[in-house]
Amino acid sequence: MTDRLGARLWLAQRASAAMLALCVAVHLATMIYAVQGGLSAAEILGRTRGSITWLAFYGLFVLAVAVHAPIGLRAILREMTAWRGRSLDLAAFGFGLALIWLGLRAVVGLFR
Amino acid sequence: MAEEMLEVSVWRGAAEGRFVAYAVPRRANQTVLDLVSHIQQRLEPGLSYRFACRVGMCGSCAMTVNGKPRWTCRTHVARVAGADGRVEIAPLRNMPVIKDLACDLAPFFDKWSRARGRFAPTQTRTDDFAPVAPASIQRQAADAGIECIGCAVCYSACDVVAWNPDYLGPAALNRAWTLHNDARDGAHTARLAAVAGDAGCHACHSHQSCTEHCPKQISPTLSIAGLKRASALAALKGEI
Repeated sequence: MTDRLGARLWLAQRASAAMLALCVAVHLATMIYAVQGGLSAAEILGRTRGSITWLAFYGLFVLAVAVHAPIGLRAILREMTAWRGRSLDLAAFGFGLALIWLGLRAVVGLFR
Repeated sequence: MAEEMLEVSVWRGAAEGRFVAYAVPRRANQTVLDLVSHIQQRLEPGLSYRFACRVGMCGSCAMTVNGKPRWTCRTHVARVAGADGRVEIAPLRNMPVIKDLACDLAPFFDKWSRARGRFAPTQTRTDDFAPVAPASIQRQAADAGIECIGCAVCYSACDVVAWNPDYLGPAALNRAWTLHNDARDGAHTARLAAVAGDAGCHACHSHQSCTEHCPKQISPTLSIAGLKRASALAALKGEI
């Protein structure tokens, strides 16, 4: 039986991992830079509010997480439990949607 | 001078069983298979185990020695026995035990079949030989994995097989990779379809236990990585 889904999920997880490597590096570097400069939360929000660049960057970050994490979670559950099949796929998909919802809410909170 | 003795614990039973200790005289250049044969021939005629060639070609004598899967005919006791002279011999992991040290390898070889580990010819006997340049990338990739003797050491070492019994395992996937690199083979796409996904190459965690334990120094991990790339690309193109 051909497992197209498995092959495509693998590809999506590798592609999102590559994006995450970049996003995490930028995120950490920015965080360290901001803390060293002694910026307060209000000052940070002052810089992110209305910034399309930060909105796009963290929006992309959230989407990469929402692709990457559910695929990994699905693989872990398949290996560590007896849970298989459509219900697991749907649960992982639902987890991805939840990550998008929660993540984008936070990103919009920084923007507005 | 008193003969130096080894304390050899051997698994007796099937899924349920226990280790039984036997005292075996230590000899120069003794292999682990020599220990088992000594026990079967002199101490315990009912002991079941499997071997054939004794020279590392047939792949039938693999067992778990002191916790690690090994080909016993080419493993010297001196390499595995501790200073206390103890050796523990158990059947291979990840396969049903028939009795004592003999496993049922049917699931292992069934997976070779599922991975389409069979050459699919494209020519007839009236055709000329297919030219295969020894220096070509495909030929070299096939060469790197072709010496597999089917001993199931890698399969026994693989944690992913232990977690996911459907997983095809390192040997079957390595075989699929060698055929994928065979220019004469006509089932490349069908084979990629057979090895892709959750029970195939994409389930591999690259722990490299297979590579670490392979007695032929093959790297199934490398072969599986090649299959991951090739089948993901085929999936992207919509071929599988």
